[in-house]
Amino acid sequence: MAAIEMSHIVKRYGDGFPAVNDVSLDIADGEFMILVGPSGCGKSTLLRMIVGLEDITSGDMVIGGTRVNDKAPRERNLSMVFQNYALYPHLTVYENIAFPLRLAKVPDAEVKAKVEQSANILELHEHLQRKPANLSGGQRQRVAMGRAIVRDADAFLFDEPLSNLDAKLRGQMRAEIARLQRRLGITTVYVTHDQTEAMTLGDRVCVLKKGVIQQVASPRELYEQPTNLFVAGFIGSPPMNFLPASASNGKLDTPFGTIQLDEARAQQVGDRDLVLVGVRPEMFEDASLVDEALRDKGARFTAQVDVTEWLGDSQYAYLPYESSPEAAAKLKELAQELDGDQLRTQAIVSIDSTSRIREGQEAEFWFDTRKIHVFDPQSGDNLTRDAEAGAELTRQATEDRKAQVERARATASA
Amino acid sequence: MSTREKVGWGIGGLLIIIYCLFPIAWIVSLSFKSSSDISNGEFLPTSATSENYATILTGDAAELFLPALRNSFGICLIATALACLLAMFAAYAIARLDFPGKKIILSTALAVAIFPVISIVTPLFNLWREIGLYDTWPGLILPYLSLTLPISIWTLSAFFREIPWEMEQAAQVDGATPWQAFRKVIVPLAAPGVFTTAIIAFFLAWNDFVYGISLTSTSASRPVPAALGLFTGASQFESPTGPIAAAAVIVTIPVVVLVLIFQRRIVAGLTNGAVKG
Repeated sequence: MAAIEMSHIVKRYGDGFPAVNDVSLDIADGEFMILVGPSGCGKSTLLRMIVGLEDITSGDMVIGGTRVNDKAPRERNLSMVFQNYALYPHLTVYENIAFPLRLAKVPDAEVKAKVEQSANILELHEHLQRKPANLSGGQRQRVAMGRAIVRDADAFLFDEPLSNLDAKLRGQMRAEIARLQRRLGITTVYVTHDQTEAMTLGDRVCVLKKGVIQQVASPRELYEQPTNLFVAGFIGSPPMNFLPASASNGKLDTPFGTIQLDEARAQQVGDRDLVLVGVRPEMFEDASLVDEALRDKGARFTAQVDVTEWLGDSQYAYLPYESSPEAAAKLKELAQELDGDQLRTQAIVSIDSTSRIREGQEAEFWFDTRKIHVFDPQSGDNLTRDAEAGAELTRQATEDRKAQVERARATASA
Repeated sequence: MSTREKVGWGIGGLLIIIYCLFPIAWIVSLSFKSSSDISNGEFLPTSATSENYATILTGDAAELFLPALRNSFGICLIATALACLLAMFAAYAIARLDFPGKKIILSTALAVAIFPVISIVTPLFNLWREIGLYDTWPGLILPYLSLTLPISIWTLSAFFREIPWEMEQAAQVDGATPWQAFRKVIVPLAAPGVFTTAIIAFFLAWNDFVYGISLTSTSASRPVPAALGLFTGASQFESPTGPIAAAAVIVTIPVVVLVLIFQRRIVAGLTNGAVKG
């Protein structure tokens, strides 16, 4: 078990392109850290630098108090689960899991005990004598994890381990990984582009864009107090809506009516010609279904409904709106950064699944204005971020984690 | 496929097989004909006899044929083993490492493979006599390596390239040195490729005639194809067709056996299951 400290890590490829640029990140002992971002953001490169498969151009990589920049992967005592599992096809499941132990020349009896222990944890017992080719995707995934946990590694590294599984299995394995990490209490770095995995698994999440860290925080803080447009747009599904608006005297003039900001936030925003107002889909509601008590905490507006999607437990409506070319260009640029493609300016709103609003209708909506964020479109900065509230959320998450790890260790030793 | 089509394909296939195997059948038939029967104008011998086999295995030609058989086996097996071993390292480096001159090595290997043997055999003959390699096993193994190495390097590097990088990386993270990763993961995975390469290399060496006839003079190192050319008839007016046919049948057998044994190993499907399906 060990903490991983990175300071000013840079990875520059032959053509001078910095895939990872000045990343400083401390991962505490026993912490589950997620590296997330759109493709090409450098998250996998960063992981491979931790494990030693990629050279570090500059900066210090310290694992468990020792600088490991110049150490070979085998000297770092880390274990890794690869995206395509990388099982050894000529060996049985048993020998696959035993492979690291065999290399370390562990006596046979101990190998047997350890492999069986791992197989028990991962419920692989009946498959031990089979070859990887005869296993299903989920079973291969578990074998790869077995190989990672069989020796006492200082940290686990996962490189998009679930991206080859189908949706149902992915959900199960996600829970499995979370359970395993809590049980073993080992420092874990997990790379993914899937924000559901990022939100559900991580103690803290590190959002990367083009090799630069955007924000490192607990999932809750990322969701509620994003530091900039990129993080706000990346975290959450469906994504946060960004409504172009002009701000003056604490009033935001958006395509969906005027929003009155409270005193503190009005001051933070000031007067601006163009801001982007970030509103999460679930802050919206069908105006006719809003609770009495909430009604005056938000604003009402009417809009044309383009499409509705009914999902059983929830319902989404797409509301197109007109925007200035300047704002539209900015939104398009943002969508590209987020790996998406914005074809038209529209808001996605979540309404109650019992709502009778249907597509093509003109309907009245309501939205909660208390939790909106206002962004500067030029710098992307969140003008209304409450750093203290955010830090508090992350502090709570850290406490929860400590308690969980302690409980898990107490159970394991009992 | 309708029945008619099936029958059509069957007949077509049969014709091709007959066309391809006819010379072999003819050799086999010849090998069972007695010397007076050779020119009987018929495909089958009038009465089958094993006298040709007796001649080459225990009779007059035995002292020419049997040492040649031993030489051929020894020289070809050593040349194949060396070629596979060297090609494995070379191909691994070519497939995995980025070093200057990689392209040159590959194209030189190709150039060597297509270079006509006959044009270098004379200088080689002189050189070998000077340095004492003439009529020795190493004197043939070395030129055979020049035949077998290029093709081996090409086939093996294609095989190594198919093996996902992650296999070695996983091994390294698991605690393997590069050498251990190569020996415990890459070599077993490349085994089908090595077998394929070995068979091709063995055939190349086994079938060589030009080096065999030019660089040897006695039964100390003369291989079978060269020895066959030196068979003589019972008298100078008689050509040794029967014994040659019998010897040809015997040298074909190891090749057929080899293919049959390794046929099942020459499947590239071994990496199935290594990575996602």
